[in-house]
Amino acid sequence: MLTGTSLLTGAEAVAHAMRQIDPDVVPVYPITPQTPMVEAFAKMVADGACRTELVNVESEHSAMSAAVGSALAGARTITATSSQGLALMAEVVYIAAAMRAPVVVALGNRALSGPINIHGDHSDSMLIRDSGVLQLFAESAQEAYDLMIAAPRIAERQDVLLPVFVCQDGFTVTHSAEPVELLPDEVVDPFVGDYRVPYPLFDLDRITTQGPFAMPDSYFEHKRDQELAIEAAILAVADVADELRELTGRKIRLVEAYRLEDAERAIVLLGASAGTVKDVVDELRVAGERVGLLRICCYRPFPNEEIRLALAGMRTVAVLDRALAPGARPPLLTEVAASLYGSRVMLRSYVYGLGGRDLFPQDVRRVYADLTAGGSRRSGYLGLKESS
Amino acid sequence: MARIKTLAARERGVPPLRGGHALCQGCGAPMIVRTILDSIETPTIVINATGCLEVATTRYPTTAWNVPWIHVAFENAAAVASGVETAYRALHKRGRLDETLTFVVFGGDGGTYDIGLQALSGALERGHRFVYVCYDNEAYMNTGIQRSSATPFAATTTTTPAGSQAFGKAQQRKDIAAIAVAHGIPYVGQAAGADWQDLSEKAERAAAAEGPAFLNVLSDCPLGWGHEARLGPRLGRLAIETRFWPLYEVVDGWYRLTYMPRKHVPIEEWLGLQKRFAHLFANDDRSLVAEIQRRVDADWERLLARCALSTADSR
Repeated sequence: MLTGTSLLTGAEAVAHAMRQIDPDVVPVYPITPQTPMVEAFAKMVADGACRTELVNVESEHSAMSAAVGSALAGARTITATSSQGLALMAEVVYIAAAMRAPVVVALGNRALSGPINIHGDHSDSMLIRDSGVLQLFAESAQEAYDLMIAAPRIAERQDVLLPVFVCQDGFTVTHSAEPVELLPDEVVDPFVGDYRVPYPLFDLDRITTQGPFAMPDSYFEHKRDQELAIEAAILAVADVADELRELTGRKIRLVEAYRLEDAERAIVLLGASAGTVKDVVDELRVAGERVGLLRICCYRPFPNEEIRLALAGMRTVAVLDRALAPGARPPLLTEVAASLYGSRVMLRSYVYGLGGRDLFPQDVRRVYADLTAGGSRRSGYLGLKESS
Repeated sequence: MARIKTLAARERGVPPLRGGHALCQGCGAPMIVRTILDSIETPTIVINATGCLEVATTRYPTTAWNVPWIHVAFENAAAVASGVETAYRALHKRGRLDETLTFVVFGGDGGTYDIGLQALSGALERGHRFVYVCYDNEAYMNTGIQRSSATPFAATTTTTPAGSQAFGKAQQRKDIAAIAVAHGIPYVGQAAGADWQDLSEKAERAAAAEGPAFLNVLSDCPLGWGHEARLGPRLGRLAIETRFWPLYEVVDGWYRLTYMPRKHVPIEEWLGLQKRFAHLFANDDRSLVAEIQRRVDADWERLLARCALSTADSR
């Protein structure tokens, strides 16, 4: 089996991580751009490279339903999806979080219909932002692999016990090959460890009723407990990241601050377009501009403190959203604004890349020009074809 | 074959579903659940769809269940069961579990015939080994008696009320057992809570099947059908004797009657005890009753043909 450094797509990197984790159960339904993850993994199972029970369910709703049943029964469970698939499973995503099922989900981010579109944006992630699950965004295939290896450890921490979504931009990461360094199997196995939930359904010595009916006298407390768990996940992500760095030398993070030390202006976003922004930041730095990037890696739980710490001294900050919140301000902007409330940072809002439209360096240069111009333009679309 | 003493002995120990739950007086569901679970030798794991049974037995922080029980949502009980059953096989394969367990799913007719049909079909096609029990009380009773595709022709519900221009539900109920049979699963049974012996035997055979098993079990509902609570078993018996609800099983695709009613009992004997059919008797016009009888007779003949019997065999 593949170890060491290889040329892999983000989807293939996820499949290799899954083989190394060797989950007990993988219930999954195909959807573009997630398909290469499950196709590659299905072949690994067929070749006996891992012992997972693969269940080809008849919908994503059933994929997540089976995943909840399996994870709570006492079996490590992973699934994967995109876009409409996530929309269909969304009902059960909320319940998975509420039932504290530590399911790991690989998400190939894709635009939501309509119009139907198979390409990347973050609207699917935003659909479940308040579901109570963790969402970790990868910039590259390497980071998607690292996050997948870390995800079971974070999900299964006894003070967390929540689903963890490992998100990567559809096609930009899922289908683009780049060098990925895989850990040896004998390193992944002890790192991931044994699966444990506190009350497995199969425990006949401690019989449990799971998923009971909660009336107004208890529902509120259940939801508060969920909030405490996802708040605890901030520490869990940081701890597991430290442990993984010992093994890989690479760091997964809550936020990545790129050339921000002495910056006066910054650009904030999620996911793969950070690569393009980093190139433009480098170019602007050569020209003497004091600009940097803040990439939010952990979108849920939202790292308010880390963001405030990184950005509070800035003059102007542009937040780039790859999703709309029609009728309101874009989702990442509003949350960054809330993190910075009370500071003197000027915020600008941009929406880019909907339905797989690329973000080009000239778009990022335009954003920086806006940040320095001090003009009245406070928001806009990047790469939109305006009608003349 | 379980005897009544065996079932009673199991109830005297730790009953799988204990009393104290909030199901209505006269509800058929708990009797069906206990008969089925008491008939299965191995420890059971229960997967429950949203519905009366779930709501009335698990109000937090109480539970009426003494067996492991899980509920996730309304339409996905068969999918949850798929995951639970796969986890069981995965853990057995890896030597992390030794016990032999039987998985029993309970869903109402709404959660089975309607919103859960896709998940059920997927699970049956994949061959997960579980017993899926539809406790069929012929409407969405938990939400206040709305029509489902199990509601019989001409019954009134809150969404198919009778009126000057309407006589209740205009459509025939769906043949869910035939849909289950079409998946090529090893065991399908139609039973009624009112015949505990037949139900118990079917539960045993369903649990022993080497693959998915489906049981469609008629449950009365005093609230939804509009009958006195004490009449539940009698109504179930009348449903069987009028041939509205024949008792049969389908083993590896072969139909077999498990009970042959001795004489023809007219359908109005069953209809007349239920308020949901009261509008059919409001005046002298019995044409809808005759239409229901015609449909019951036609269904019965088709069933006999499937069982390789003729009408002559049933007289």
